[in-house]
Amino acid sequence: MTPHSTTVVRAAGLGKRLRGPEGELRILEGLDLEVMPGDAVSIRGASGSGKSTLLGLLAGLDEASDGEVFLFGHALSPLDEDERAALRAGQVGFVFQSFHLLAGMSALENVMLPLELGGVGDARERASALLERVGLMPRRHHLPSQLSGGEQQRVAIARAFATAPRVLFADEPTGNLDTVTGGRIADVLLELRAETGAALVLVTHDQQLADRCDRRLVLEDGRLGELG
Amino acid sequence: MTILRLGWRWLLRDLRHGEIGLLLVAAALAAAAVTTVDFFADRVERALASQVSNLLAADAALEWSEPPPAEWEVEAKSRGLVTARTMSFPSVVLHGDATLLVQVKAVSGDYPLRGRLRSSATLDDATGATAPLAPGAAWAEPRLFAQLGIAPGTAIAIGERELPVTRVVREEPDRGGDLLQVAPRLLLRAEDIPATGLVGPASRVSYRLLVAGDEPAVRAFGAWLAKRLPKGAEWLDPSRARPELQTALDRGTRLLSVAAGTVVLLAGAAALLAARRFVERQVDAAAVLRCLGASSRTLVGLVGLRLGGVALAAALLGGLVGVGAQAALAELVGRWFAAELPPPSAAPLFDAALTTLLVLGATALPPLLRLRSTPPARVLRRELGPPPGSALIAAGVPLAGLAAFFVWRMGDLALGVRALAGVLATLLVLSLAAYGLVRLLGPLRSRGRGAWRQGVAALVRHPVLTSVQTVGFGLGILALLLLTVVRVDLLAAWQAKLPPGTPNHFLINIQPAERQALEGFLADRGLGSPAVLPMIRGRLTEIAGRAVDPASYPSARAQRLASREFNLSHADAPQSDNRVLAGRWWAPGTATPEFSVETGIAETLGIALGDRLVFDVGGRRVAGTVTSLREVHWDSFNVNFFVVGTPALLSGQPATYVTSFHLPAERLDLLPELSRRFPSVTVIDVGAVLGQVRAMADQAARALEYVLAFTLAAGVIVLLAAVQASRDVRAREIAVLRTLGASRRSLYAMLAVEYAVLGLLAGTVAAAGALGTAWLISEAVLGLSYVPSLRLLPLGALGGAVGVGVAGLLAVRRLVRVPPIAVLRAA
Ligand SMILES: Nc1ncnc2c1ncn2[C@@H]1O[C@H](COP(=O)(O)OP(=O)(O)OP(=O)(O)O)[C@@H](O)[C@H]1O
Ligand SMILES: [Mg+2]
Repeated sequence: MTPHSTTVVRAAGLGKRLRGPEGELRILEGLDLEVMPGDAVSIRGASGSGKSTLLGLLAGLDEASDGEVFLFGHALSPLDEDERAALRAGQVGFVFQSFHLLAGMSALENVMLPLELGGVGDARERASALLERVGLMPRRHHLPSQLSGGEQQRVAIARAFATAPRVLFADEPTGNLDTVTGGRIADVLLELRAETGAALVLVTHDQQLADRCDRRLVLEDGRLGELG
Repeated sequence: MTILRLGWRWLLRDLRHGEIGLLLVAAALAAAAVTTVDFFADRVERALASQVSNLLAADAALEWSEPPPAEWEVEAKSRGLVTARTMSFPSVVLHGDATLLVQVKAVSGDYPLRGRLRSSATLDDATGATAPLAPGAAWAEPRLFAQLGIAPGTAIAIGERELPVTRVVREEPDRGGDLLQVAPRLLLRAEDIPATGLVGPASRVSYRLLVAGDEPAVRAFGAWLAKRLPKGAEWLDPSRARPELQTALDRGTRLLSVAAGTVVLLAGAAALLAARRFVERQVDAAAVLRCLGASSRTLVGLVGLRLGGVALAAALLGGLVGVGAQAALAELVGRWFAAELPPPSAAPLFDAALTTLLVLGATALPPLLRLRSTPPARVLRRELGPPPGSALIAAGVPLAGLAAFFVWRMGDLALGVRALAGVLATLLVLSLAAYGLVRLLGPLRSRGRGAWRQGVAALVRHPVLTSVQTVGFGLGILALLLLTVVRVDLLAAWQAKLPPGTPNHFLINIQPAERQALEGFLADRGLGSPAVLPMIRGRLTEIAGRAVDPASYPSARAQRLASREFNLSHADAPQSDNRVLAGRWWAPGTATPEFSVETGIAETLGIALGDRLVFDVGGRRVAGTVTSLREVHWDSFNVNFFVVGTPALLSGQPATYVTSFHLPAERLDLLPELSRRFPSVTVIDVGAVLGQVRAMADQAARALEYVLAFTLAAGVIVLLAAVQASRDVRAREIAVLRTLGASRRSLYAMLAVEYAVLGLLAGTVAAAGALGTAWLISEAVLGLSYVPSLRLLPLGALGGAVGVGVAGLLAVRRLVRVPPIAVLRAA
């Protein structure tokens, strides 16, 4: 086993360049990061600093221009889209700023989705338990359009934890919500994380939310800096 | 397994939420059209063919110059067919001092197997009834009685035998094509022939073995016989029967298959729009599934399963509609045709399944393949979508599907490819025209204000989407125009070929001295002044330096034509219903010896442009060069000739005159007067044949209307699909405009402008397309010359503006009413 196999996510010399209208745009450059099992890492940064881009790279949703990302010890760059998806299946959870529930499916079905994709037998029971846990059992048959933003995000959180993932990626999970609702959502997210022991990589520009994580990083000029 | 379950549940949800409604309806409609048209074409074709069968007095017949061997009849019977025999030959009959050339037909007791043999006991009863012809008596056409000056019941000498001519033949199914045949028909039983002593080894007799029964059995017997057919024998099936009826049948079936192809094409266009939209709406879900670790196989599997479910449901639905429609059809067809219809089989249901698979496969596969490469990072940045995908696949797969469809339906690769090329050219022209029109709108955007400006701007903003919609709407409107205006025009033009005043009587044997008096007779009695044309009898002796030997021709028909006397005529100008296809008609008054020959007979006898023909006219040699080949519309019922010569060549020859005219039923009493005034003139009543041709044209026209009703449905589906295609884009725009404070009224005004202008463009394109289609159908399919009705252009443009304007407003009305937040939140 390589020493890095114990890390959940590791980035080494990570760079992302994009071709923009005014020549090349360097969004990330020579970025290093290690996330250990159970870590809760927050990444803050100004709007446009590249937080979402970084998250996408770490989760294997996007391909790096330089450097390498290791997810559960596997280098991502040699893998194709399908192999990366297979690596994520059941091991990675997501929570996004704009909830990304499937519009045609009820709350319960949305939570069942990753379980069914993984071929889990008692998907309905496990999904129901999670909806109960986030307090949405009475609304389980509602469609996303029939739920408030906070409720939708709670469904999204339930879905993210459904397969008991080893790591959870969250991009501005409270960004679309008011302070009070955002605070409650953050409570649910962090509690569930603590219960399951999943690692968390959380991207936000909300100082309060960032401060609730063990490790606080700042993204600036394409690199990460550690804050006390 | 879980994928299956997930796909199934998702499909149920799709059905509940109407996500795939349009796709389902489009595919089902294509399937319904195919199954119905299969049933319909099959049944109509059979019904029409059975009418042609009447003209053979059988389903098929073998014709030979010798008696068909008994084994053939035994074989036919062993295949469950019924048989009858006929023989015909020219002969001379005697009554007192009078002699008359007749065309004898001797038949077996089972004759006719198809159609009716009608006869009457008196010369006054013009309709007659079906009655059996018994041995020991003869029947004859009315003119035989007139020419011999006898009444029914009188005995005449036929060869060595005396037979009473007991009844007047009123309708003989297989009378034969040559209306100018001089000799009247004498019908008797074959049993009486030996006693006449007329038929010896050297006689020129044409024998027929008639068969009738199940279509497959008839065809199998024909195939069996083909291997044993001696030289000179000919197998006649309905397709070889009467040329004028065959032309009507061909036109009818060709028109039907064109109409059927149009339905599937339109349904396919609707499916293309709907499938694209359906798959594109799966992109968000695909990105999320990607994040959750679904493989591309899972993605394609999930959407593919749902599409498969749609295909299955559409096949069932379409098949059911098809079966239902054919039941209704049986009613209709039963009323139109006297024919018994074959029972429905399960085969059309298979066709329905194949059609939906083809339609959905060809339209949904390209977007489905694109869906596979949805970037999961779309969950982070909405703008990210699947890469544009290969244009080759996007265009190639639907085209391959279309090609497969055409080849399947036409059963012929070359024909299928040609049909495909035609469709592509049409679509290309429509698309280019649409895109051009949209571009033309550009400068208009900055003119005007308010609703007008915003409406036009919305169209110009998405030029490709607008063009696609224009073509979609255009196809729908095209179908409507074809169904209404063009159909009426075409049918009118077609039926105008057999107008109420179409000649139903021929007068032959008019002596030159009687000509003027006869013209006066007809004019005085208000029967018009039909062309009275010279007719000269001549035997063809040489073609391009080779002596004509009837026995050297392979077919019985060619042998008959080559051995018979030709009816020649001369004229300075071709008749109005003739069309010169090759060479040139001579200059009026020319002194050179030239001939113009009908194309069909030229082909049968092997006569080419530039060949020198020699005729024997009453013992004199008449020679000339073929300088033109003519197409003759025999179904005009005008007097026409296979061979016409220059007046310089033929006007000096002994001639009689012929003409044809229309005699209304209520003036039949003129005929006896005509016979008295012009005793040598022979009257031939072709009303029965004319009636058959007219009935066939009417039936085919009604069949066409039925199939075109499906075109109408397909057109509406295309319109709906075209509206829906832009609904998502519209929804967001409307929501944003409303949050910016636009009132509902101003939004309605804007949308009305937008859809009306779209309809105007589409209507213009469609009208142009309808003109082109009508031209093509009339010229190439129906063989009529088309007079473009330019009213289609304003009609299409205005109709399109109003129709699409209203339809579009109705379709998006909900988007204006729904609170904008709902739209924005869903996005
Ligand atoms: N596909 C792309 N095409 C062009 N530019 C891009 C693309 N993706 C990201 N960028 C640019 O890269 C930079 C970083 O974007 P990113 O979305 O990662 O920022 P962010 O830190 O998440 O911002 P925010 O806090 O507003 O969400 C931005 O300037 C953005 O415009
Ligand atoms: Mg971001």
